[in-house]
Amino acid sequence: MAADPYGILGLKRDASAEAIKAAYRKLARKHHPDLNPGKPEAEARFKAVSAAHDLLSDPDKRGRFDRGEIDAEGQEQRPTAGYRRHADAAQGARYDGQSGGSPFDDLFADMFEARRRAESAPRPGQDESYRLDVTFIDAMLGTTTPMRLPDGRSLSVRIPPGITTGQVLRLRRQGGPGRNGGAAGDALIGITVQEHPLLRREGRNIAMELPVSLREAVLGGPVEVPTPSGRLRITLPAHSDSGRQIRLRGKGVAAHGAEPAGDLLLTLKVVVGPADAALDAFLQDWTPSETEDPRAALDFPA
Amino acid sequence: MITLDLLVARFPALDQAQLQEWIAEGMLRAEPGPSFTEIDVARIALIMELRNELALDDAALPVVLSLLDQLYTLRRELAALRGAPPSP
Repeated sequence: MAADPYGILGLKRDASAEAIKAAYRKLARKHHPDLNPGKPEAEARFKAVSAAHDLLSDPDKRGRFDRGEIDAEGQEQRPTAGYRRHADAAQGARYDGQSGGSPFDDLFADMFEARRRAESAPRPGQDESYRLDVTFIDAMLGTTTPMRLPDGRSLSVRIPPGITTGQVLRLRRQGGPGRNGGAAGDALIGITVQEHPLLRREGRNIAMELPVSLREAVLGGPVEVPTPSGRLRITLPAHSDSGRQIRLRGKGVAAHGAEPAGDLLLTLKVVVGPADAALDAFLQDWTPSETEDPRAALDFPA
Repeated sequence: MITLDLLVARFPALDQAQLQEWIAEGMLRAEPGPSFTEIDVARIALIMELRNELALDDAALPVVLSLLDQLYTLRRELAALRGAPPSP
């Protein structure tokens, strides 16, 4: 191991950068090989001083040296297994399993004793983990679903409304049986909520696209909307463009505990529909009263 | 033999009072002086790593070290039984 660079420069470990530079200059002047011809020890000393300065003048290297990550020569310190190299070798006997006699006896005696005690003591059963897929609608409204376990038992699992993928339900005392009077473990049920082709969760709200015809969009009026909580009649305001949002309060994720029910957010999408000669003819003859460019807002820099 | 000064240079974060405690508790050996051998230095590095990086507390440390010592004793015995020379 190379000597301590702080020692070489005659510095304390908290020396400032200026102190390091000053000490280096002083020693470098004294031991510079050109100023000390015929004195090989001066050259060696100069090299050591230079190396020490190289290390300590670089704040990054100095920090790493101070933390013991590199040695005085800048070599990476072996981070782990440094001890194992010694302990596996003959000198490892310095730290022989301190109990006298063969280390086997004690190690195993302790293990067997611990095991014997564990076997006679009441021991709670293990927690068992299961996976359960839940439909989007069940996760939204909550439900109780039967679940058959690999050992043949059947559990009734209550799915609270608003559950999300990754949540784990804990069913007390439904896991592995306990021993010697110990309580049974718990069943841990990891939930995966399936995707829905039409619905999307946004927190406790549910987003859904609502297709409307051109006529409905322009004139408004009552439309019937199938939703997860049944068919609802809503009144469409006249002149509803694509993208208009309609909020149906309380028709999202069902209320649960202190959480109020979420909303159902309908986003209108105007559907022109199949070709219709009458509509074509009407639009041919129709002159809009106000000609407004619907693309006016698309303002790209030239 | 490694002196206390060299040890402090090698482990700037090393607290000397702590070092004395480790020696007193038998977790670490030192020759009178005190001075240390290479394995002691490696062991200090191990202890510091267990404490500082793996956040083992002072109550758990002697337990872990004692188990490690038993493990390494077994490993050496096993190597000897296999007739393999201990690794250098």
